[in-house]
Amino acid sequence: MAIEVKIPTILRTYTGGAKSVQASGDKLSALFDDLDVSHPGLKGRLITEDGGLHRFVNVYVNDEDVRFTGALDTTLKDGDSVTILPAVAGG
Amino acid sequence: MARYDSLLDALGDTPLVGLPRLSPNWDGEHPVRLWAKLEDRNPTGSIKDRAALAMIRVAEADGRLRPGCTILEPTSGNTGIALAMVAKLRGYGLVCVMPENTSRERRQLLEMFGARIVSSPAAGGSNQAVATAKQIAAENPDWVMLYQYGNPANALAHYEGTGPEILRDLPTITHFVAGLGTTGTLMGAGRYLREKVPDVSVVAAEPRYGELVYGLRNIDEGFVPELYDDSILTSRFSVTSYDALRRTRDLIEAEGIFAGISTGAILHAALGVGDRALARGDRADIAFVVADGGWKYLSTGAYDGSLQQAAEKLEGQLWA
Repeated sequence: MAIEVKIPTILRTYTGGAKSVQASGDKLSALFDDLDVSHPGLKGRLITEDGGLHRFVNVYVNDEDVRFTGALDTTLKDGDSVTILPAVAGG
Repeated sequence: MARYDSLLDALGDTPLVGLPRLSPNWDGEHPVRLWAKLEDRNPTGSIKDRAALAMIRVAEADGRLRPGCTILEPTSGNTGIALAMVAKLRGYGLVCVMPENTSRERRQLLEMFGARIVSSPAAGGSNQAVATAKQIAAENPDWVMLYQYGNPANALAHYEGTGPEILRDLPTITHFVAGLGTTGTLMGAGRYLREKVPDVSVVAAEPRYGELVYGLRNIDEGFVPELYDDSILTSRFSVTSYDALRRTRDLIEAEGIFAGISTGAILHAALGVGDRALARGDRADIAFVVADGGWKYLSTGAYDGSLQQAAEKLEGQLWA
């Protein structure tokens, strides 16, 4: 299972500068665990101590914000794309 | 009646236009129809006129704004332009803090309305503009920062205006799709529609910018507007500049509507939910916002050349 995960500039210190990495997992929480194996410390920047997504981190699966698709329980399948972005203002 | 005593009285009550060619299934047994709310038909040409007038009216009513005051606001353009128009008519000064990577038409319009512009760095986009404005506000305590990102009057304008107009014109509404920036439109119109139409879907289209705009130094510099309450939304989509441009061009090709780039993003999300309804065999009446016309974006190259070229030109820009 191969899922492309796009990494924002500020978190590329964990991926050796890579903009995009591959990972696997049947749901988002499993994917983050998998990412943390190859890129230690990355998960801790995305998830807070109480186990939820960091307030200023947005995660999209196939361009849809996971907070509306089950958050960390969002299911994933082969070929899905995951994008991580920091929260920014608009308007 | 199309006669008004002044420009500000002519604000709002914008047309809702059906899109027979672009809709997934205009004429079927279970029609899936798109309806465009033309917010470019407002005094300064954008939906922000609603929020600007509402924020100023509320500040006048509660005494924060008095004749001769200076208003300060972080804005990527449309809110500044709207405020500049109202400020001019009501006798206020205006200082806008705007990221330097916004189109030059936006700056020209602001200057024409007499606003002063303070540019914030391109990296960090509007986050930086907000931070800079907060600093300037602290240094100039008699200036009035209306603060569109947290001002309830912003959402109220849509709760009292945009939402009711849509429901009046489309009582069979199933989906409302708008852009997510300050979140005012979705929070206001979305809340109103959820109160009146319990099964309605409120869908956010969020622009996905180039890397520069997300150039924060760390995660804690992130920003979520104080107005944002995600319980109002059903879903939220991130739309790339490529897709936004593609849909902006589709809109003019198929339906003759010349809209700004954020509208392309909104339409992309509207088509996405429309296609899902179609696949399920459900009927849908999807109202989406045309936030502004394409005039302010001509210099960005969005409307000529290939899509790929146009998307590349938008790379470092705050296009919504």
